[in-house]
Amino acid sequence: MSALDIPTLKENIDLETVEKVRALDVDKYKYGFETTIESDRAPKGLSEDTVRFISAKKGEPEWMLEWRLDAFRRWLTLDEPTWARVHYPQIDFQDMYYYAAPKSTSGPKSLDEVDPELLATYEKLGIPLREQEILAGVEGASANVAVDAVFDSVSVVTTFREELAKVGIIFCSISEAVREYPDLVRQYLGSVVPVSDNFYATLNSAVFTDGSFVYIPKGVRCPMELSTYFRINERNTGQFERTLIIAEEGSYVSYLEGCTAPMRDENQLHAAVVELVALDDAEIKYSTVQNWYPGDKDGKGGIYNFVTKRGDCRGHNSKISWTQVETGSAITWKYPSCILRGDNSRGEFYSIAISNGHQQVDSGTKMIHLGKNTSSRIIAKGIAAGFSDNTYRGQVSAHAKAKNARNFTQCDSLLIGDTCGAHTVPYIESRNASAHFEHEATTSKISDDQMFYCMQRGLSEEEAVALIVNGFVRDVLQQLPMEFMVETQKLISISLEGSVG
Amino acid sequence: MTTPVLEIRNLHARIEEREILKGVNLVIPAGEVHAIMGRNGSGKSTLSYVLAGKEDYEVTEGEILLNGENILEMEPDERAAAGLFLAFQYPIEIPGVATMTFLKAAINAQRKARGEAELSTPDFMRAVKEAGAQLQIDSDMLKRPLNVGFSGGEKKRAEILQMALLKPSLAVLDETDSGLDIDALQVVSKGVNALRDGQRSMLVITHYQRLLNHIVPDVVHVFSDGRIVESGDKDLALQLEAKGYAGFDGEAA
Repeated sequence: MSALDIPTLKENIDLETVEKVRALDVDKYKYGFETTIESDRAPKGLSEDTVRFISAKKGEPEWMLEWRLDAFRRWLTLDEPTWARVHYPQIDFQDMYYYAAPKSTSGPKSLDEVDPELLATYEKLGIPLREQEILAGVEGASANVAVDAVFDSVSVVTTFREELAKVGIIFCSISEAVREYPDLVRQYLGSVVPVSDNFYATLNSAVFTDGSFVYIPKGVRCPMELSTYFRINERNTGQFERTLIIAEEGSYVSYLEGCTAPMRDENQLHAAVVELVALDDAEIKYSTVQNWYPGDKDGKGGIYNFVTKRGDCRGHNSKISWTQVETGSAITWKYPSCILRGDNSRGEFYSIAISNGHQQVDSGTKMIHLGKNTSSRIIAKGIAAGFSDNTYRGQVSAHAKAKNARNFTQCDSLLIGDTCGAHTVPYIESRNASAHFEHEATTSKISDDQMFYCMQRGLSEEEAVALIVNGFVRDVLQQLPMEFMVETQKLISISLEGSVG
Repeated sequence: MTTPVLEIRNLHARIEEREILKGVNLVIPAGEVHAIMGRNGSGKSTLSYVLAGKEDYEVTEGEILLNGENILEMEPDERAAAGLFLAFQYPIEIPGVATMTFLKAAINAQRKARGEAELSTPDFMRAVKEAGAQLQIDSDMLKRPLNVGFSGGEKKRAEILQMALLKPSLAVLDETDSGLDIDALQVVSKGVNALRDGQRSMLVITHYQRLLNHIVPDVVHVFSDGRIVESGDKDLALQLEAKGYAGFDGEAA
């Protein structure tokens, strides 16, 4: 077995971390540290050569390269969207690296080959102890969470694959899927988010470096939560993750995505694409906890997160449920959506978006009702503090054939202090007289009376805010898998530190 | 001589430019229950807020000693941890926070502030169940968000439940009888009386004598125009009921 002495490792790293964080003179960000792992980078800038470099690095077949090149050519004709309520300096797409992988591209054969610093990084990411043990190969460690850890673009460790393979589930990196399961990938990749869907999705299609691939065969209920931790680590490297999840007829899967990122001076671009396909009677539950570096107290640095996430309820009676907890990033541009194509299909979107400091969030969902008797539910909770701006932007539409389409939307905003902003921008379109859409929206503030009441009972100012906010987001918290709920409550408290007083 | 639980010396306080407390003096020894009676607008509720440290009020003069310690510089949560509890006249709604969750957060916050270990979940559950039974609070009510959609009686019972669990050395009850029917008043009073243990002191602020039939005070003070104008035993409350406040206003002038 791999005799990794995690506690010792932790002590050494922690010292180093403390020094680094101190040197950066910012202690607000709890996960602000950098790991020094030698990386293998593509030359700076974006061109057909970059695309070819990435494709070659990953040993891709010709069709994949052509698909990427097609995307790249289309991207050249597109303009960056400007409709979101976010402001940031022009991004110079030629001034970034598009590929960085830890050395040893063939992938480690066992944990012994994994860089110990990487394991230490997982520890600091706050990966639950149980999962850490599994990652570290601790004897006797068992869990019902499988982790496909994405570390700067290349999947390094994938656990539990054998166990999953027994029931025919494929859980691997997208790069591996391209090589091992080309027919599945060709059939579904880009079928939910087309290559030229939008500026960032098209960019992703050209240069995506890695991500996860999940295939649940007919009638299989995935026996564990599938979990991926993303981490942006390489300076100036855009992250272009690509995730594809296919749930065959009558299958079920719950997928968790959790993120933190190290301290940065420069802004980092992240443009992921996630595609979900649910066939007849299938259900996909996709949960995200996103805690990337939001920038320092003056708004400097931080991640730009421009994500395209979409699920296709392609089959009858299928269901896709998005749950997201967004606390990080300088800019969030993200609308996990559902295309309700199959009759009786159902889409859900549960969201907690917290912004503090100078963060800007423009997030929401789209529920596109195409099939008969389709239903959707949107519960969005936005919390704005500091100097942040928090916008909910959502679209609900019913096609002419979507008889009896149903939607319920509830958007609640909570303001902390008087220098932040909350905005709600709903778009509702119905081409069908039988559609029934409901929309409720509230905006509230944490009142001085609530604060005084809580403090009179002994809670500190910050504890009071955290308690009130946790109450505010309760409906959504309850949608999270149990093991994420407690972590999320803590994360909410951390995110709002310094928002009062 | 033992230190009184509460000692207020020449307390003056104002909100914005308006002076509301104009020289309050009050001493409550350990184990005693004192009542403050006064008409609306006399400053009774302001006194409770100033004691608890609500930031809208500015103390311009005087001292408040809790168990001998001046609490004027303390934040509301520090005063709570030091043993001061205020049962609100209008308890505040905390949406989405189950009553049970709130109770646990409050107890553990105070324990943490005093350097004590957190209460274990079984111990906590036992304490809540015990205290809840006396106040006719069942587990359904404990699951509901605190004060949200509570009836007047439920709100006041929830206040007393918190007091029972937080075990303050000084409990200030602000118009605890308001909004209560006679049955609810009895339940609440019984709950309060159960917490009279010869050590804990209470300051009962009320408008009506009625409450004092149930929670019998050791001393009654009449409050008028920002100060105490008369003090006496429980019979003073009866006199007030008979004569009204008018007679006492004259003396205050």
